[in-house]
Amino acid sequence: MMLATADATWWEAFERALLLRDANTVWVVLGVLALGLASGSVGAFLVLRRRALTADAISHATLPGIAVAFMVMVGMGLAGKSMIGLLVGAYIAGLLAMAVIVLIQRTTRLKDDAAIGIVLSVFFGVGICMLSLVQQMPAGNAAGLESFIFGKAAAMLPGDALLIGIVSVVIMLTLAIFFKELGVLCFDESWAAARGWPVMALDFLLTGLVALVTVLAIQTVGLVLAIALLIIPASTALLWSRRLVVVVIGSALVGGFSAWLGAMLSATIPKLPTGPIIVLVCASLFFLSLFLGRRGVLPRWLARRSLSRRVDRQHVLRACWEIIESSDEEDISMGDLLAKRSWSERELATVVERCMRAGTIERIDGDIVRLTSEGRERARRVVRNHRLWEAYLVHHADIAPSHVDRDADAIEHILDEDLVKSLEQLLGASAGEVPRSPHAINGGGGGA
Amino acid sequence: MPQRDPEQPAKHALGPEHSPHSPLSIHDLTVAYDRRPVLWDVDLDVPSGKLVTVVGPNGAGKSTLLKAALGLVPKASGRIRVFGKSMKQQRSQVAYVPQRESVDWDFPISALDVVTMGRYGVLGWCRPVRRRQKEEALVALDRVGMADMAARQISQLSGGQQQRVFLARALAQDAQLFLMDEPLASVDAATEEAIIEVLRALRTEGRTVVVVHHDLQTVPDYFDHAILLNMRVVANGPVEEVFTPEALRQTYGGQLTILSEASERLARRSRVEHP
Repeated sequence: MMLATADATWWEAFERALLLRDANTVWVVLGVLALGLASGSVGAFLVLRRRALTADAISHATLPGIAVAFMVMVGMGLAGKSMIGLLVGAYIAGLLAMAVIVLIQRTTRLKDDAAIGIVLSVFFGVGICMLSLVQQMPAGNAAGLESFIFGKAAAMLPGDALLIGIVSVVIMLTLAIFFKELGVLCFDESWAAARGWPVMALDFLLTGLVALVTVLAIQTVGLVLAIALLIIPASTALLWSRRLVVVVIGSALVGGFSAWLGAMLSATIPKLPTGPIIVLVCASLFFLSLFLGRRGVLPRWLARRSLSRRVDRQHVLRACWEIIESSDEEDISMGDLLAKRSWSERELATVVERCMRAGTIERIDGDIVRLTSEGRERARRVVRNHRLWEAYLVHHADIAPSHVDRDADAIEHILDEDLVKSLEQLLGASAGEVPRSPHAINGGGGGA
Repeated sequence: MPQRDPEQPAKHALGPEHSPHSPLSIHDLTVAYDRRPVLWDVDLDVPSGKLVTVVGPNGAGKSTLLKAALGLVPKASGRIRVFGKSMKQQRSQVAYVPQRESVDWDFPISALDVVTMGRYGVLGWCRPVRRRQKEEALVALDRVGMADMAARQISQLSGGQQQRVFLARALAQDAQLFLMDEPLASVDAATEEAIIEVLRALRTEGRTVVVVHHDLQTVPDYFDHAILLNMRVVANGPVEEVFTPEALRQTYGGQLTILSEASERLARRSRVEHP
């Protein structure tokens, strides 16, 4: 009963969040959703441009910018915590970090990752020091500035959400306008430069957008986790599609959905921090895609398994055909089959079992099997492909007849119709006829 | 068509030794990476309407020559003229085929999309691709025998097919000067044949093709004009004149025996053709 009540309240809370009943939640959810969409779409280009770590450096480097902006605003007699002011400071610091990285890369022999690591840690270290200095300042109230490190979405005000929404729309519009140009930049930079495209300017544009998204993200998910919203949605989308448009839109949707669901969950369950929850939701989608995605692990494994099973079945069929060819009898004993290839008794039994299920082989009694009429037809095709390929290798690739069997073995299972046709033409084989083997057939005696 | 106005060649001329009509004139080019010179005082004119090859040992600066001509690497000194004008003015007339290894072939893009990039210059900035550009790209893909692969994602293509996609992108640009970096490196025989056929067609159309090449044996068969490069220009002229054992030895420092074989073959061939 206790559990049921707990469930009910949990569901009620989720429902409240889902239906946007609390004014506060509305803004948080909308702001975070816009952020997720924007960072997902920018992130796709970032990942394809292989600049993921640069983005991490930018996000860490925003901290001193926030501290300096606070100090400047207090110095000017303003309330130090104007969100726009802090974000402008963060943005400038982010771009400065980017400039320093480029400077180090151009003027020293340091490798990219080292340059990025140096900038990331130095800027962040300076930021932490300045933050503690700021908190000791008598003027202004610096409490809460440290929330930029880990983010605090729940504290989002309507104005903040509106700002995030507007900037996100601007970012996505910019991406749409420069879609084709950014695509070329990410795919083939040197070709773009050879065509006279301003590669540097495009790079600045992309980096500027990344910095913008990062700055928006630090308030919500924090600067440590900002990188997650840029990289994970893009990596997820790349597991599903092979088209740039689909990857970019998919990445935006993954980012938006994770941000939305994460915000809902944290609004539902008290004391769950929004940023980390968003990252976890996003990561779950990524792991799911890693297995189920069109380019994921599971489909590839299934495809490989189905190919290897087909190859096994075709080996049995070819063995059957060759036995029939040499003995002129329809009955095939398992012993003869076993002698044809280096397969164990159990392996053979399993494959024969599968062939029987596929209807290509029937068991006559105990140890004797026969090809069904469909099995004969398939076996004929398999043997024919094998021998055509062997003949091709012998005549056109100068491979010795004694070595040709194994090479043909590897390729015959993936010959498609077009290739078979051109082989027939090349070798002058008449359609349907099974050519003789160019070498002695092992096992089961007989042969060419 | 390139602007080749014989009335006004003097304005950008590099000097009396350079022809203002050359598709590509390189004057006193020196390129250094980290103060180590890669190209030294390269000075040459590429003849118009010919298949030109740049050959030389590894590290001779062959790729760098193309990149410097295109402005992709900083020059220590030197000037480049394309049909008598600066590269900047003639960009649309120059098609570049980078080395295949220079891009990530796992990129989510189809063969047709890559070739369509060749039409982006005509299309202009920020304008979306329309059906017309796709159709033009398809024509270019067809020229390299890849029309039925248009929808394939590029990672699903073989190395040779990927190289043909790169060539098709350059064709789609409809340029007068082609600069190709090792388009025949590690491709299958069918691709090599297809590419050479396209190059010859380009020559027939009066276009100029400069190819960085590594296989000396095929130079006499494929090219009209050779530039032997080893940091500096060792020889530059028609293949029959330039491809001498002496020049090759100078270029390669006697490190290859195929060289002498190749020039032997050439000598034999010219004896057969001009007894």
